[in-house]
Amino acid sequence: LGHGSGGKLGADLVARMFLSVFGNAAEDAAACAGAGRLAFTTDAFVVRPIFFPGGDIGRLAIAGTVNDLAVSGALPRYVSAAFILEEGLAMADLERIVASMRATCEEAGVVLVAGDTKVVDRGKGDRVFITTSGIGFLPQGRALSISAAQPGDRVLVSGTLGDHGIAILSQREGLEFDTALTSDVQPLADLAQAILQTCSSVRCMRDPTRGGLAGVLHDLATASRVGVRLHEQAVPLAPAVRAACELLGLDPLHVASEGRLVAVAPADEAEGLLAAMRRHPRGRESAIVGEVVADHAGTVVLRSRIGGERVVRPLAGEQLPRIC
Amino acid sequence: MPAAAAIRGVAWDERAPGGAREFCIETSDERAGGDGVAISADLATCDACLTELFDSADRRYRYPFINCTNCGPRLTIIDATPYDRARTTMAGFPPCDACRREYADPASRRFHAQPNACAACGPRLLAREGSGALDGDALVHAARVLREGGIVAVKGLGGYHLACDGTSDDAVRELRRRKHRDDKPLALMVRELDGAARLCHIDADEETLLSSPARPIVLLRRRAGAKVAHEVAPHSPWLGLMLAYTPLHHLLLAELDGTPLVMTSGNRTDEPIAIDDDDALARLAGIADLFLAHDRPIRTRCDDSVARVIGGRPTVLRRSRGESPRPLVLPFPCRRPLLALGGELKATFALGRGATAILGPHHGDLEDHHAYRAYVDAIAHFERLFAIRPAVLAHDLHPDYASTRYAGERARAEGLEVVAVQHHHAHVAACMAEHGLDEPVIGVALDGGGYGLDRTIWGGEFLVGDYRNFRRAAHLRPVPMPGGERAIREPWRMAVAHLRDAGIDAGNRPEATLRVLCAMIDRRVGSPLTSSMGRLFDAVAAIVGVRDEARHEAQAAMELEWMATDLSEDGAYPCVLAGVDDTLVVDTRPIVGAVHEDHCGGVAAPRIARRFHSTVVDIIDTVCRALRDATGLETVVLTGGVFMNAIVAAEARRRLSDRGFRVRSPAATPTNDGGLSLGQLAIAAAREV
Ligand SMILES: [Fe+3]
Ligand SMILES: [Mg+2]
Ligand SMILES: [Zn+2]
Ligand SMILES: [Zn+2]
Repeated sequence: LGHGSGGKLGADLVARMFLSVFGNAAEDAAACAGAGRLAFTTDAFVVRPIFFPGGDIGRLAIAGTVNDLAVSGALPRYVSAAFILEEGLAMADLERIVASMRATCEEAGVVLVAGDTKVVDRGKGDRVFITTSGIGFLPQGRALSISAAQPGDRVLVSGTLGDHGIAILSQREGLEFDTALTSDVQPLADLAQAILQTCSSVRCMRDPTRGGLAGVLHDLATASRVGVRLHEQAVPLAPAVRAACELLGLDPLHVASEGRLVAVAPADEAEGLLAAMRRHPRGRESAIVGEVVADHAGTVVLRSRIGGERVVRPLAGEQLPRIC
Repeated sequence: MPAAAAIRGVAWDERAPGGAREFCIETSDERAGGDGVAISADLATCDACLTELFDSADRRYRYPFINCTNCGPRLTIIDATPYDRARTTMAGFPPCDACRREYADPASRRFHAQPNACAACGPRLLAREGSGALDGDALVHAARVLREGGIVAVKGLGGYHLACDGTSDDAVRELRRRKHRDDKPLALMVRELDGAARLCHIDADEETLLSSPARPIVLLRRRAGAKVAHEVAPHSPWLGLMLAYTPLHHLLLAELDGTPLVMTSGNRTDEPIAIDDDDALARLAGIADLFLAHDRPIRTRCDDSVARVIGGRPTVLRRSRGESPRPLVLPFPCRRPLLALGGELKATFALGRGATAILGPHHGDLEDHHAYRAYVDAIAHFERLFAIRPAVLAHDLHPDYASTRYAGERARAEGLEVVAVQHHHAHVAACMAEHGLDEPVIGVALDGGGYGLDRTIWGGEFLVGDYRNFRRAAHLRPVPMPGGERAIREPWRMAVAHLRDAGIDAGNRPEATLRVLCAMIDRRVGSPLTSSMGRLFDAVAAIVGVRDEARHEAQAAMELEWMATDLSEDGAYPCVLAGVDDTLVVDTRPIVGAVHEDHCGGVAAPRIARRFHSTVVDIIDTVCRALRDATGLETVVLTGGVFMNAIVAAEARRRLSDRGFRVRSPAATPTNDGGLSLGQLAIAAAREV
């Protein structure tokens, strides 16, 4: 790739690749139609490697933004994408990324309506960076909030945790595990809508990306001034992820997922919601993993198999050994 | 002088007669409570009370709560000061006339004994099995269950114990199973010294320690053929023994005719010892067959203290019941009230006011939610009890310690100052404070690990400095810990890391696992660097086949020590120092290489273990001499968990003394992380001046 920033070649690039693929991103701004209150989000994506088992940076960039909208309760509709490409990126790689983005948009039910591309000199970037923004619409009266959890509520997750983080790490560092590890990256708009249709009183949803389930629940415990109790046995983990975490010394509760959501629902609706989530193709391995408690506000504890309760800390940088 | 009295100073003052006609003790002024009032640690039952206890003519014959001014509960029952019955958990037991007369009689051993009681007015014993209380003699019921191999929860001074027959493998195995306790050694209680001497070799120092009023668990050499179940302390040449320290213990053991009882803290592994009756019933219901309880509440949780005689010196390894809150004297006063929060494991806190430091009891691993809450509650209770409102909070440098987060959160909420103290600096300062040193020293801090100034995990450190400043003058060569904390639980990982560092093929592990581990080491994924001596012990233990996985803290290192115990010196591995800038680095590669070579050459593991211990002493000796040459300092402080190793501690002390060093090591405070709070306190106080 040798196209300068903003010049003719850049325009050619956009024309040739993005217009042909996405069709409707030619105007400087897109006019977005929709009903309800507007939900708007933006996120930047840098990932090494850009292609990994189960996905690539393009799919990640669409799913990440779509999921941020979806867990807020909005129906995602429009997405924009800005690319920073490093000189030397193979055109075939870019084509693969863009095709993956288009497929993911279709899967998520969103339209990519605006885009931009800049090319930077070799060494000034890392192959490709993508920033996506998304617009969705929130129905009147829907107000999911991280501060809405109440004692007694149940915590649900939509599938196994940490698959994405472990897949990326092992690919990037060349760790050859016995079992292949695949990222869980996927858009969750349809699953989120199914959840809201089944259980209108769901308190909040979050996607456990960076910081993992521990990070989400810590935010919840702090914002809602409640405690959260997790049950170790109930947390769904793929056997390969569990084994990799043991070898790496990582707590799977801190490892990122990119195709999972966490939902908090009133106790009496939790079982019904769980059944609905399990019926959905993106929620087959959903589980109730814990409950909200009035005790120990601001603290998440993990109840082990033998009944001990360990404090789950939010991730503060690298996990450093504490044991003397 | 009463047994529990200690003279801390002598002063005199002349006054004009005030007109009083007789000696009397006035009622306490409640408003005067708190400030500066000393509170006694709990005291083991005295001989005079014991004689009465078993004298059928005495009015307290077989009364399980007999006590006097020389003995009985103190800290664990006191709710507030000034220390009067009304502010203890004895408040609900108004004394009968007979007890009241003793209390008022200056000639009585019970003159002003606040917990004084008898069967007519005091607490009562009760046995509870499953759903309800049992009729009849509670002690007889308890003894029956124990004789049948059952488990009894016994309410003691600082919490519930779980007891079972220490001679029955089945009983002990069942206790381990129900408590989810791995093969970590369990403590035994015997009634008297004779019983202890039947199980273990006891020298004069050990006898003194064992029968001191604190009645700690003392680690003693097991006698060959001692009648103790194998399961109590599998493969250990040591037994942790304590003597009965309450009248209830004496009565229970008397019922059992000298059978030693396993007495372990009443909890599931890692949780705090149970003190509240309902809580104990709920938490221990699945563990205990019978509860031997009573109606005198426990106010302060206090695990048993642990001690050991190392090289002829009584050394406290866990300073808790019977020791806390006996004050320690700082070499200089705190300008403002201080609270130091200790570490993460074996956590203790310390309060400082003036030149006095008060260490709270042992609180275990603060990652456990219940242990953490017990720790937080105990801090609040001690602050109230001693009327100390801290202005400054001192904590470890590690950002993820629960104690560090406590300090941060509280400082923000209350607008307090914080002082972060490097882990090994705190170890060194604790030893200095205990010995009243206020001068620059060579501080040898060897342990499992603590957060270093360079954000790696330190643990084989030679510091030069004083309370205010220090320099990392020498350390072990850093190696990766593949898997972080996992590498602590699995010593074989440290073997791979050290072997790979030394350029040696790590050998016969499951191939895929080894491949990933090597990639982690090489790419430094999840592999923080450590200069820890504890991890070097682990690596050597794993290389020679002691064990690959540790089920409890320092298990592999302790087993390596057991192997080397009783062997005479047999050479050592190379001790090579290299200078990097101003810092000396001890090269671990030749040591690991030589260990590996010995092992492959068929040298028996105990010999390798013995040589390795000599090597550690050589390292201490060589580095200290190099630092003396460079700095002129003659005083060496030996501290950190590695010095719980009796071989290293005794031989390093002897060697350095022979070289003309002035050697100090902790004795009254733990050399492990239980001492960190004292060091943090001293450093924070010094920085205030
Ligand atoms: Fe330490
Ligand atoms: Mg996001
Ligand atoms: Zn007495
Ligand atoms: Zn009485």
